[in-house]
Order: sequence, then C-alpha cells, then structure tokens
Amino acid sequence: MKYASQAVAKPYFAFAMLLFVGQILFGLILGTQYIIGDFLFPEIPFNVARMVHTNLLIVWLLFAFMGATYYLIPEETQTELWSPKLGYALFWIFAIAGVLTILGYLLVPYARLAELTGNDYFPTMGREFLEQPTITKVGIALVVVGFIFNILMTVLKGRKTVVNMVLITGLIGLAVFWLFAFYNPVSLVMDKYFWWWVVHLWVEGVWELILGAILAFILIKTTGVDREVVEKWLYLIIAMALISGILGTGHHYFFIGAPEYWLWIGSIFSAIEPLPFFMMMLFAFSMLRQRRREHPNKAAVTWAVGCTIMAFLGAGVWGFLHTLAPVNYYTHGTQLTAAHGHLAFFGAYAMIAMAIISYAWPKLHGRECSSPQAQRVEIWSCWVMSISMLAITLLLTWAGWIQIDLQRLPGDAGALGYMQTQDAIMHVYWMRLIAGIGFTVGLGMYLYSFVVARSTREQAPALAVAQ
Amino acid sequence: MHSPESVLSQADSLEQPRQLPGDLAMWCFILAELLAFLLLLGSMAFARGHWGEMFSTGIATLHPEAGLINTVFLLTGSYFAARAVHRAQAGDHRALVRGFILAAACGLLYVGVKVSEYGMLFADGYNLRSSTFYFFYFFTTFFHMAHVLIGMLILLVVAWRCRQGQYANQEKVRMASESAASYWHMVDLVWLVLFPLLYVLP
Repeated sequence: MKYASQAVAKPYFAFAMLLFVGQILFGLILGTQYIIGDFLFPEIPFNVARMVHTNLLIVWLLFAFMGATYYLIPEETQTELWSPKLGYALFWIFAIAGVLTILGYLLVPYARLAELTGNDYFPTMGREFLEQPTITKVGIALVVVGFIFNILMTVLKGRKTVVNMVLITGLIGLAVFWLFAFYNPVSLVMDKYFWWWVVHLWVEGVWELILGAILAFILIKTTGVDREVVEKWLYLIIAMALISGILGTGHHYFFIGAPEYWLWIGSIFSAIEPLPFFMMMLFAFSMLRQRRREHPNKAAVTWAVGCTIMAFLGAGVWGFLHTLAPVNYYTHGTQLTAAHGHLAFFGAYAMIAMAIISYAWPKLHGRECSSPQAQRVEIWSCWVMSISMLAITLLLTWAGWIQIDLQRLPGDAGALGYMQTQDAIMHVYWMRLIAGIGFTVGLGMYLYSFVVARSTREQAPALAVAQ
Repeated sequence: MHSPESVLSQADSLEQPRQLPGDLAMWCFILAELLAFLLLLGSMAFARGHWGEMFSTGIATLHPEAGLINTVFLLTGSYFAARAVHRAQAGDHRALVRGFILAAACGLLYVGVKVSEYGMLFADGYNLRSSTFYFFYFFTTFFHMAHVLIGMLILLVVAWRCRQGQYANQEKVRMASESAASYWHMVDLVWLVLFPLLYVLP
C-alpha cells in the first residue's frame, strides 16, 4: 500500500467477512425453516432468523464500503487519512454496537428488546430491515457522520478526483437517507412511503454511486486505462442510475395506498433501471479490452467483471421482471421478489465488496497480489458462489411462479391458500437449500483462499515501490 | 471535363471523416434521455388510446398560446446556442459566452411561462391527481422543464469555464461547446414533440 493510513481498512474488511459468514449461516437456517417450519424453534424463530440474515447483510456491506473507502481515499487523494485514530475508534464503536444488537435479537424476545432499549420514548422499531433499536440507529448515524467527516477532511486536503467525488456523494446520500429510519408516522401508508426512502434510495440510488466509484477505482488500477475515459463512463452510469433509480422508487408505491399515478411513474422509470447496470457491464468489458497492462491480480478482476454481470442480471433483469405495475399486481410479495433480492444484493454489492477486498487485502499485507495458487482457489470460489446464487435465484423464481400460478392468477374461489401453496413449492425449497449449501461451500473456499495466500506468501509478487 | 487533380481534391473533401459534434459520452447520455422520454410518450400514447375522451377534454383546458410562446423561446435559445458554437469555431470565445448566456436566458423565460401556466391550472383546480391526462400533462412537462434547467446549467457552466480560460485549447472549447449545445437541442427537440402532442392534437 502507498499510504500507511490505508491500513485502517483491514479491520473493516475482516469484520465484514465475519458478518458475511454469519449472514450465510442464518440463510441456511432460514432455508431449512422453509421446509421444517419448527427447526430450531423456539430458540431461533423464523422472524428472528430473517431479521438477523438481512441485518447482517446490510451491516457487513456497510463495513465493506467503509473499508473500501478507507483504502481508496488516501490513494485517490494522494494524502494520508485525516485521522486514522477516528477510523479505528469508529470501527470498534460500530462493531460492538452491531454485535450487541444481533445478540439482543437472538437472546431477548423482540418486544422485550424494544422495552429495554426505550423504544417507547422514540419508537422506530418493528419495521422490516429497520428493526434495530433506536439507540443502535442513533449509533449508526453517529458512526456514519464521524466517518464522512474523516473522509471529507481527507478529500479537502488532497487531490479531488471524480472517483472520490462520486464516492463521497454516495456516502453523504447514504447518511441523509438513513435519517428517514427515524421517521415513523402513525399512518401505515406514510410509514411505508418513507420507509422506501431508506431502503430503495439506498440500494437503487446512493449505493449505486458507491458501487460505481469502487468499480471505477479497481478498473483504473488493474487496466491502466486513462482516468479521463473511466471518469466519463462513471458520470454516465451515475447519471442514468439516479435518473432511473430515484423515480423508480415508484415501483414500490403501486399497491400501498399511494396515489395512482405512481403506477405510471414506477413502471416507466423502472424500465430504465437495467440501463445503468448494462452500461456498467459494457464499461468493465470495454476497459478490459483497452487495458494497457496485465495486472497480476486476476482474482480481483474476476470479481469486478463478475460483479457487473451478476448485478445486471440480478438488479437489472430480475428487477425488471416484476416492476411493471400490471405484472407486479400478480407477483407482489412472492418468492420472485426474494429471487431478485438475492441475486441483486450478491451481484451488485457482495461481489464489489469481495472485488475490493481481493484487490486491497494483498496490498495491505505488502504483496502486489496473492500467490497464483491462492488466486486459483479464490477464482473457483467466485464461480461456485456465483453459480450457486444463480441456482438459488432460478429456483426462487420457479417457487415464485408456482405461487403466482396457484395463488394469484386464479379467481378468489379457485385460488389456493398461502400455506397450501407453500406445500406445493416444497420440492423447490429442498433444491434451494442444496444450492444454499453450495453457496456456503463457495464461501468456505473463499475464506480458505486467504489461508492459502498466507501459506504461499513467498510466491506472491512483492508490492511495487510506491511512486 | 475535370482535371484529375480537381477530381482527387473533390474526393479528398468527400472522404473527410464526418465528426460527431461534441463528446461521444454526451451522445450516449442524450440517447438515454431520449429513451426515457420515448417511454413516457409511448405510455402517454397508450393511455390516450384507452381514454381518448379524457385526453380531449383535458387538452381543452390547457393554454396553447403559452405553449406556443414557449416553443418560440426554446427555438430562439437554440438559435443563440448554435450561433455561439459556430462563432466559437472561428475562435470568437466571447461570442460563445454571450450566445450561451442568451440561450440560458431563453430557457429561464421558458421556465417562467411554464410555472405561471402551472399556477393557472392549479388555480382552476387541476393537479397531478386529477386524472390520467393531468398526470401525463403535469409530469411530462415538469420532467421536461427539469431538463431545461439541466440544459441551462450545462450551458452556463461551459460559458463560465470558457470565460475563465479553463479550456486548454481550441479543441477543448469545440468539444465542450458542441456537447452543451447538443444537449440543449435535445431538450428543444423533445419539446417540439411534446407541444403538438399535448396542446395541439385535439
């Protein structure tokens, strides 16, 4: 690494991976509970497992984004981080608060957790993905503000590039939209309406800026293509992401009590949402074609390129499958949504996190890249995880189709009840569980690649001297 | 009969590569923007096919004279922008700055008229929720107006940077000015489709 303060990224990456493992383990529990309803009941009921699975996902991605930022900002600004100490302090605060919250979910009944954490005084709990106790939410807000302050101070004293400008814009957006987690109106319609300002405007808005910036950074470093070219692509991608993504929020407003015109806005702008992801894919391939150097870190390039393909499929194609209002009328809240959610989160965000970790981790340990053996294991793990996730997606799509066919398309008299439909899907859930185990094997291989990298460290090229 | 030399020089001039005005990235952006408008207009055509009467009665409540005035403003703005680019190619950077400011001023007049038109319709009790027609009218024209504002911003940024001497050479001036003007013409072009569809077609 070129700057000593880039080392702040290390604990963030390591902790992100730890939480990722936790997320996948809870995913396996959930996959089993779909088949054996009382598996691990009453210790870990389905609703708690689901909460832990989704919350761990969000938190590990936040850790990975923060780690990525701490790694790339000094290099982009060509200056040391404003305060590495603040970076480490915030890591511990965030990590401890995160662990306590997860333990709270697992050890205390949710209603009791709400009582213990004073939810009555400032009620924000009890909403999907925003289940965190209010004090944890305040903690997240403070950590993010401290983090952005540290990054802003660094950017102000250093070089301003399009990559760090886009990244910081994305991070500020992330902080701003988090504020809607504290807005909890009595009206359920209003509640859901603004709830999406956190959920949708994060993942289909500002997070795409963060994704774009990290992807651009990796491609600049690994292909050696002119920064000017990369920046133009980045501008185009984020402009399209914002134009389509902001108004695309409408696809969540179809049947929740919001005005009827959202049927039009949501359908029209969601139809454009695959475009920025398609452009991201073109961007990655075009940069690879124009590359001026053969970077030895093949694993990082595999993750980065794979990320654009899987994001296009998961966020773009699987999103568009059900964002047209007349389609969504039948597909709303079926397993098709779960199919889209899994592939989109994995493709767009988990894979970019692994791409930057793959690029940065060896450099943080004094090597240009991992040894060829370690990279081979890592590239295999990328394939195993990607194919398993595609299998999960296709199977959940199949499950969703069964739900639509039996439960949604027939008239009231002919429609099958929810639980009877679940029985009809059982064989698909079994296959999904097997695919989930496949994914866990892929994750195990990925972690094993770090062990191989460590034991074959001597065979990895030493870090080039900083210019 | 032509001499071989003159034929050759003619061929040379014919074979001169046709250059894309402005940056390719800007053209990608323009095409993406046009796609968004195309989807909006396509949906509007679909809605019109279904609720023809609602559209006819809705159109009768609009103010076509305001639409016509705005068409003139935008076309005048485009004239200034195109002329500015032309003059800039001859090296007259002051004319570029002046022309882009005038074009942006036309945009501002457009926005003024549009906002007062909205005011009149609101006063008559129409809004985004009144009917599918009013949704399309308000939303599409507002979305277009947002693009007028973006276009104005682009023109003013290029004018300001040109005035500050931030473009290293003539080629950079050409690239920036043509890109900005191309975007502005796109905004103009969309309006030329919107105006007859929303105000004129009974």
